Order: sequence, then C-alpha cells, then structure tokens
Amino acid sequence: MALEAKIRASDVHFYYGQTRALTGISMEIHERCVTALIGPSGCGKSTFIRLLNRMNDLVPNTRVEGRILLDGKDIYHPKTDVVELRRKVGMVFQKPNPFPKSIYENMAYGLLVGGVKDRGFIEHRVITALKKAALYDDVKDRLHDSALKLSGGQQQRLCIARCLVVEPEVILFDEPCASLDPISTRKIEELILELKKDYTIVIVTHNMQQAARVSDYTAFMYLGELVEYDRTDKIFTVPKERMTEEYLSGKFG
Amino acid sequence: MDNKKVRQFKEAVYRYVFAVSALASLAFLVGIILTLFTQSLPILTERPFFDLLFGRHWYPTHTEAEFGMLPLIVGSAAVTIGAMFVCVPIGVGTALYIHELASERQRALLKPTIEILAGIPSIVYGFFGMVVVAPLLQDILHIPTGLCAFTAALILGIMATPTVASLSEDALSFVPTSFREASLALGANRWQTLTKVVVPAAGSGISTAIILGMGRAVGETMTVLMVAGGAAVIPRNLFDPVRPMTSTIAAEMGEAVMGSLHYSALFAVGLILFLITLGINIVAELISRKYRLKLGLGR
Amino acid sequence: MNIQAHAVQGMDGYLPGDRLPSRWSPRSRDLAQALGFACLVLCVLISLFFLGFLIYFIASRGASVISWEFLTEAPRRAMTRGGIAPAIVGTFYLTAGAILFVMPLGLASAIYLCEYTPKSYLVNLIRLSINNLAGVPSVVFGLFGFAVFVKGFGFGVSILSGSLTLGIMALPGIISASQEAILAVPQSYREASLALGASHWQTIREIVLPSALPGILTGMILTIGRVAGETAPILFTAATFYTRGYPDSIFSEVMALPYHIYALMTEGTRPELQTPIAYGCSLILLCLVLAVSALAIVLRQRQRFSYGS
Repeated sequence: MALEAKIRASDVHFYYGQTRALTGISMEIHERCVTALIGPSGCGKSTFIRLLNRMNDLVPNTRVEGRILLDGKDIYHPKTDVVELRRKVGMVFQKPNPFPKSIYENMAYGLLVGGVKDRGFIEHRVITALKKAALYDDVKDRLHDSALKLSGGQQQRLCIARCLVVEPEVILFDEPCASLDPISTRKIEELILELKKDYTIVIVTHNMQQAARVSDYTAFMYLGELVEYDRTDKIFTVPKERMTEEYLSGKFG
Repeated sequence: MDNKKVRQFKEAVYRYVFAVSALASLAFLVGIILTLFTQSLPILTERPFFDLLFGRHWYPTHTEAEFGMLPLIVGSAAVTIGAMFVCVPIGVGTALYIHELASERQRALLKPTIEILAGIPSIVYGFFGMVVVAPLLQDILHIPTGLCAFTAALILGIMATPTVASLSEDALSFVPTSFREASLALGANRWQTLTKVVVPAAGSGISTAIILGMGRAVGETMTVLMVAGGAAVIPRNLFDPVRPMTSTIAAEMGEAVMGSLHYSALFAVGLILFLITLGINIVAELISRKYRLKLGLGR
Repeated sequence: MNIQAHAVQGMDGYLPGDRLPSRWSPRSRDLAQALGFACLVLCVLISLFFLGFLIYFIASRGASVISWEFLTEAPRRAMTRGGIAPAIVGTFYLTAGAILFVMPLGLASAIYLCEYTPKSYLVNLIRLSINNLAGVPSVVFGLFGFAVFVKGFGFGVSILSGSLTLGIMALPGIISASQEAILAVPQSYREASLALGASHWQTIREIVLPSALPGILTGMILTIGRVAGETAPILFTAATFYTRGYPDSIFSEVMALPYHIYALMTEGTRPELQTPIAYGCSLILLCLVLAVSALAIVLRQRQRFSYGS
C-alpha cells in the first residue's frame, strides 16, 4: 500500500477567541486510508477535522496557526481558493443535512454550483454516486421526492452520495453515525470501507469499536493535543502512551 | 380540609379569568366584523353589490349620490403595487445583507436601526412626504403635482421595507446552518449557497414577509391621506392623484352624517378593506404553516 | 497502483475522474458573487440613506422651533402661534389609558395560552384571531371604535373611546410579546416549583411571571411607542383640533401630537406659519417614539443573557 501523505499538518494551533482549542497538532494523513480521530468529547477532534476543509472559517473570532498541506500546498495560504479546496475535500456532518429539495436536486447540487450544464453527465454522476453509496435501489423510484422523507440512515447515505458526486479526493466524516441506529451505522461503516479504495478518509468518532472496525490509522486526542497516532492495530493492541491505554480500556472519557 | 378547597376554588377562578381574557381577541375580531357588516347593511340593501364594488364614480355628497368604489380600490391597488416595487428588493436585499455579509458589529447596529425605521409613526412619514418628498419629485420629474400615486407608493414602500426586512431576516435565520455548511462543503461559493440553498429554503418565509409587508401598505392610512393627492377618480397613470380606500374613510368620516347612506358606504369601504387584509393574512398564515412543515420545525 | 482508479468506470461514454466539464470559470463565479453582494450593500445603503434623510430634515427644521414655551404653552391665534402642550398631554393620557386597558388583558391571554394548555382547537382559533387582528388596518379600528364606543356606548369623542380603540389595536402585539417572554422561562423552573408543592397559579405568580417580567415590560414599552404615534384610530374617536385647556375627565375630547401634525397641515389658513410648528411637533413625536423604542431595544439586548443562553 502506498503510504504517501495526502494531508500533512504541522504544529497546528487553533483558538476560539482567547481560548486555545488545539495545541501543536502535527500529523500525516495517508492517501486512500481511513484515519480515525478518537478521544473524549471536547478534545478537539471535530475542531481539527473542520480545519481540513476550512469549515471553521464560518465561525467568527477564530484563529489558526501552523500549516496544513494538502498535496504539498498550504490550504491556509491567502491565495488558496476555499471553494476549490472544498471541492477536493468533501465533508459529511454529524447530523444528516439534506437540503429541503428533492433527492435528485440534492445530488445534482454540487455539479450545478460547479457550473456543469450537461444533463446527461449530471444524471450519470448522480446515479453512479447513488450506487456507490448503496442507496440507489432504495431511492431509484422516488428520485424526485423530497429528501426529507428518507429515514435518518438513508439521509446520511444521501449526504455521503451527494459528496461523492463532486468526486472529492478526501472525505471528512464528522461523527457520521452519531444520530443513527445500529443497523444504519453498520451500513455506513461498510460504505466507508468500500470508499477507502478510492478516497482518503478521515473520520471523527467517539465510538472506539467503530474506529477499530473501519480505520487503518487512529489518532487519540486529549484536551486539544494529539496524544498518540499510529496504525490502528498497534494503537488498540500495544499503545505506547499510558493515557491512550486508559482511554481505550474505559478508565475515562 | 378548608384550605384545600379554598385553593382549588382560587385555581379555578384564575383559570376562568384567563380563559375569558384569551377569548377577548376573538371577541374583538368578531365584533369588528359584525360592526362593519351591520353598519354597511343600509348601503348594501340600497344599492346592488356589483355597482358598489365596480361602479366608476364615487360622488358621495352629490344630490344624486353615487358610491362606486372602483376608483378607491384602484387607488389602493396602485399605491400598494408601487410600494411593493420599492420594499421587496430593498427589504429582502437588506435582510440578505444582514444575514450573509454583515459583521457581528454591523448586525448589532443594523437590526435595531431597522426596528427604529419600523417604529417611526406613519404621520411623520406622511408629513415628510408632503413637505419634502412631494415638492422634490415635482421639481425633478416635472409633474403637475407631487401629491400623487407615485409619491405615495414610494413612501409606502419605504415604510413597508422594515417589515419585509425584519421578517425576511427571521425566515433566513430559521434556515439550519447545516444547509449552509453542506453547500459550502460541496464547493459552492457564498453567493451560490445564498441563492441556491438558503433563499429557497427560506422561500415561503420570505413570501410571508412580502405578503405581510403588502398588508401593511394596503392598510396604511395617514401617509396616503397626506401624500396621495385625494382625487377619487380612476388614475390614468402613476402621476395622477388618487384616493385609496383608507384615506377615503379617514377624510370623509368626519363629514358624513350618521345614519346617512354616505356613512354606511364608508363602513362598506371599511368592510372591503378588512376582507382584503383578512385574505392577505390567511394567505400568509397558510404559507408560513407550510414553511414550518417543510423545514421540519413543527407547528 | 493506479491512482486514477476511481470506481466510476466509464459507462455512457464519460471518462472516470475527468475534470468537471465546467462552463463557469472560477472567475465568472466570483464576479457573480461580487455583483450580487454589491447589490445587497446598495439595498442597505438606500434604507439607511432614507432614514438619515428623514431624520436630518425633521431635526434641522424642527429644532429651531422648539423652546420651553413651545413645550409648555397652548396654541394661540388659530394654531399659528404658541405651543403644543395640550397635544403632548393628550397623547400621554391616550397612551396611558390604552396601556392600562390592554396590559392586564394581553398578559392574561398570554398566560392562558402558554400555561394552561387549553384545547388545541381553541388555541388555534385564538392564535388565528390574534394574527388577523394584527393585520387589520388602523383606520378600520377607528371605524369600530367610532361605531361601538363613541356612538354605541355613548362615550362620545373622548379619551375613553380613543384609549379603548388604541388598546384593542395594541392587543395582538402585547399578547405575542408576553407569550414570547413566558415561553422563554425554562421549563425546569416550573418543574422545580411544582415539585416543591406550589400550586399552578403560585408557580405562575412566584416563578414564571417574575422571570418573564423584563420581556413583558419590553413588549409594553414597544407598544407605548407604537400607540403614541398612531393617528388613524383616534381620528374619529378622541382627537380634536383645538381645546382651550387641558382635559378634565376621561370623557373629554383631547388634542394629540400625531393628530395635531395632521391638523396643522390640512386645516387653517396660514400654512407658512403652521408648517414650522408641524416640524417642531414632528420632531417631538419622533424623539418620543425613537427614545421609547431605543429603550426597549436596549432592555431586550440585556435580557438576551438572562437565562445563560
């Protein structure tokens, strides 16, 4: 397996106003692997993942220090086009957030705002993405129904599919199963394993079993710092840090 | 235990008093409808309804009095529609600015400013229109009189702008931020996100805002009374003076002899006006109900 | 390993992983955005410009008229000289009367709707009436007040008729402001009080109302501002061009600031002398209303933090 670094964060600090939320995070995220970020709530894992496609730009009074490179280019460079960046780095959020539009419109949105007019191309991409997200059979007869009529799990898979339409290179999952039942969670996990063949995936989860099941690499964060980062099998069997071991064995968190 | 009985009795009394108070709104609304209807009954029985509504001549004080409301209705429609051309773009634009572009500080200043603009009494707008705007427009546009439908529409539009702006802003702020995040994460820029996701999601809320702004413009009295010119004839163009329904009532009620046909006709104008605003409100209510369902906000 | 090996295999003649066939260069998209945003800025500037224009004219022309005598004397010589004191006093009486009438009624309605979980059809009916009452044109309230209070109950053109009419007009606003304030009181407060053995009414009186009081007061102050500036409802129910002295009972007819402006501009024979007085009168009314609504806005901004959210 090629172990190229798709994303390289070096010494990243992040502040909400005066409060420091992340302290000196440095890590490499490998191409076409699943990297899981785990840690107790408030440890900064969601904050960190939102830095990777500059979603935190939307939060007022925040400040980033350090560098985050995507394919060797600094994403916080003043000349970086945020829109282009977000096309490359897609995101799936904690709660399913389909637009109040039809399933098809949701799917086509990313292409439409990108200026694609070719209907055939759009339809092709939409169907391919729905198939990839294992949603096509569920929705093929009601593509023009409101997306809000889908179940929670289906909505989340729609959000994943919607993200795939734009063909990003990296997909960020911010606790994608937080509001889902076990069966839907299972389906999303299978999907993630399938997707890692083509995409670089970063997933935030507070569910350790989930991290163990889907990820190749795991980063354990605590109080805004990166405590340990290694291959998932190593982290879960022979953690180097005491704190990681205690967290994994349920002593805190 | 006596104590307990006293307490239960008190609870029941309070409940009863509150329930009666709550029904007051309903009672007043019904009272208004009944009053308007009974007072306009004489003219409704005296003249055919069609002639009242679509008659082209409003000569209430002639010996051969005529009560055709068409000039008044056309007058109201002209100033209201004209006002919409002013208040919809400016109001919605202002709301979008506050929602999307304003910094925290600007927002903290702009929202109260708009509220203040909404709080300025209509008589002040009317006075201002009469002494400043009308002469100004008369000079600039070379029209015979500045007191005309155009000026009234302009000022009404400015008056209705805060209503449209603040209600639209409310509607926009109801749109979950997750929509915005999802759109931006898919590579849309801010303008695309605004026009393709946020505004459509708030669409019915914004429509409600526009409709309620229209309601405000239709029912506005003092401004049109002072600025619209007051001629009860069907206008040929926007620069003719008009006499909308509201200003007809305000201007003529003082002179109408109680119990006369003229008196009754003015209540009939009030009735029509009331029905129009009632219709507007019901439409707004239906749309906003649909809107809440659409965003999954319940109730 | 082939890095391009996306799962999208080229069916339908589309190649996998192709760059999107984009017709919009990033530049034209940015241009659309810049243009759009410029329009929004323009809208805001127009709103602000008009507000500034209005305040500037009224303030600059009104200020020279205002003096101590202007505020404390009655009009003289057919409204071409003298002050506006009776109009200020009249507006005060009318507003106070309206508030005294509508506050208890509105608050009680709001308590019933929020705290007593009445049947849902009843709530819907009342809510519908409130919404529709809020949309009724002010001149229609005037007609209603004239037919019912002035003629029907025989109160005549008087402070009482005018206050009642203004009060009914203000009712929907008071109810919704009070409802909002009451609903903002956290449910846990009520539960805590009820769990300690307080009765329903005790909980409302001791816990809910005190917590909601600032919000209710803000709503009341905003209503004062609105009522003080209304003209159409008092046109046939309370107002008169001229009174010799001050009103001596609730059955007296009164002068009022907004109506006085209207009278100055439409009645009388000496517009060149009356218009400056109308400017002064408008400035006073504007200051009054703006001060009141600014007060309400400041109060409300403070309350935002009261429940720690």
